[in-house]
Amino acid sequence: MPDSDKTLNLQKSDDLDENPLHGLWALTNRDLKKWYKTPMLLFLSLIQPVIWLGLFGKAMNFGSFFSGESFNIPGLDIPKQIINSISEQLMQNTFGTTDYFSFLSIGMLSFVILFTSMFSGMSIVWDRRFGFLNKVLSTPVARGSIVVGKVLSSVLRSLAQSSVVLIIAIILGIQVSNFTVIGLAGTFIALFLLSFGLSSLFVMLALRSSDWQSQMAIMNLLNLPLLFGSNALFPAKLMPDWLQYVVRVNPISYGTDVGRQLLLGAEGSNSLAFDFLFLAGFALLFSVVGIILSWRLLSK
Amino acid sequence: MLSLENTIREERTGVVVSVNNLTKVFNGKIKAVDSISFNVKQGEIFGFLGPNGAGKSTTINMLTTLYHSTSGTAKIFGYDNLKDPTKIRRIVGVVPQEYTADEDMTGSENITFCADLYGIPKKTSKPRALELLNLVGLDDVEKRKVSTYSGGMRRRLELACGLINRPKLLFLDEPTLGLDVQTRTAIWEYIKKLKEEYQMTLFLTTHYLEEADELCDRIAIIDHGRIVKIGSPADLKASIGGDIIELGVKETNVDLSDLISEVKLVKEVKKANSHYRIKAELGEEVAPAIIDLLRSKGYHVTRISLTKPTLDEAYLEYTGRSLRQEQSDQEQMWTRRQTMGTARMRH
Repeated sequence: MPDSDKTLNLQKSDDLDENPLHGLWALTNRDLKKWYKTPMLLFLSLIQPVIWLGLFGKAMNFGSFFSGESFNIPGLDIPKQIINSISEQLMQNTFGTTDYFSFLSIGMLSFVILFTSMFSGMSIVWDRRFGFLNKVLSTPVARGSIVVGKVLSSVLRSLAQSSVVLIIAIILGIQVSNFTVIGLAGTFIALFLLSFGLSSLFVMLALRSSDWQSQMAIMNLLNLPLLFGSNALFPAKLMPDWLQYVVRVNPISYGTDVGRQLLLGAEGSNSLAFDFLFLAGFALLFSVVGIILSWRLLSK
Repeated sequence: MLSLENTIREERTGVVVSVNNLTKVFNGKIKAVDSISFNVKQGEIFGFLGPNGAGKSTTINMLTTLYHSTSGTAKIFGYDNLKDPTKIRRIVGVVPQEYTADEDMTGSENITFCADLYGIPKKTSKPRALELLNLVGLDDVEKRKVSTYSGGMRRRLELACGLINRPKLLFLDEPTLGLDVQTRTAIWEYIKKLKEEYQMTLFLTTHYLEEADELCDRIAIIDHGRIVKIGSPADLKASIGGDIIELGVKETNVDLSDLISEVKLVKEVKKANSHYRIKAELGEEVAPAIIDLLRSKGYHVTRISLTKPTLDEAYLEYTGRSLRQEQSDQEQMWTRRQTMGTARMRH
């Protein structure tokens, strides 16, 4: 061993940073690194929403129901202009915009948030399984930071992915009536809150688990019901009553509602204030419960 | 850090870890650790020796505050494991049994990540990470991803990570499990260096007898969650009754048993045909004394052999089974685990 080892004074104590948030960024950044250092992963995770945008948004062109020639009902000749205007009225009333693609694009932003946030729990399962979590737990880092680090990295990922989806939607021709900084900021604040709550929820479900199969099962059980039981793909007012109750408690509906109001200028199902209040409550509730559970559940 | 009161107490008694009737019951029925009590003294290497599932790792996990103990007390530098876990975490280091480094990061990234978790400021942690990588001989591969490391390199990286907070007490859980002989010897050297040059107190678990014998000042033999014996390796060996001396004498027609018994420290003499089987403490001193005595009386010693009892015999004595059979099982399990780790990288 070289002589320089002698300088290693292992006996001297450190002035450690006793700020309860120390290590939070290190934990967050570790998870983010795995993602941004693998461009392939980023690319693959974008394919699905893009396919949905293309397939549903462009193929289900509800606006073209009436775009044919004029109708010829015997004894009644309705000119094309009237039909077009009826069509526009119908679309406007149903979707809040004259274009289904624009309607769906905003829904897709929440969809991406949901699907990315769901994986937040998965990484804690892997960390536990391979002992990494034990190492982290043996350090003085706050137990809550371990949970919040997972949540934050998942939130940043989902926001980055939904930004890319928005850019693709703009390229494909979303009709943004209200492209302002405030509109964009408001939409992303709503998406941030949505992602924070969803990520906390899925991290919470994974706190005690070292079994990725059951984690996958939980994700599969929740993803489509959460997606279809919201207004992301279809307006809630056309749904049966019982489903409307589901839509009303589903946070995804509120994230979408904010985006439609702020970017598309559509009439919302709730006031913006109520949307934000609901999302903030959702994020706060699950992150606080997640942190409290982490104190109890991370150690055996 | 340590309060003055604690420091004074620690210096007065020299006891770093004090464990009293510590018990861990999983799920209300599985008793993994069954009311164990022991002390670890300042500056010693204390070893837990026992087979798989004896409760070694569970004990370490309780002492390092990963598990909540069910009953009993554990005090580390005077801090209670349940009441002051954060204070304990700050001053102890842990080298876990598994390879816990993040495979997607480089060696130096892993160490600075650990430093961040301890809240060590960047300007301190950067040079210290280099020092530690240098100490364990990984300075030339620090920029490589851990997934490219060999088992021995990963073990050394774990050791470096465990030292990042300059612990006063280092826990090592099976530090050489599944390593080849050369790497094992290297790890032993590092461990001895920590004790001798840095006056660190070390607590290690192992199921390798050679390792316990080579490194530990004191050993606790643990089996089925209970400590069956505590002592230094020499004590443990001596406690089975001492060394065996076998002696051949030319004069086979006389019984010299009584004469030999007069030699100091001889405990038992048996005559079997042409030779004597003598049980004695400190056989290496007793054997020449016997030869001198016999010669002075005019007898001729034709042959002599000395057998030292091994720790394996001591272990056998206290647990009723041999450790050597169990080693191969655990090594197989370990190999499987590493394969799983490789599979994860590709998931």
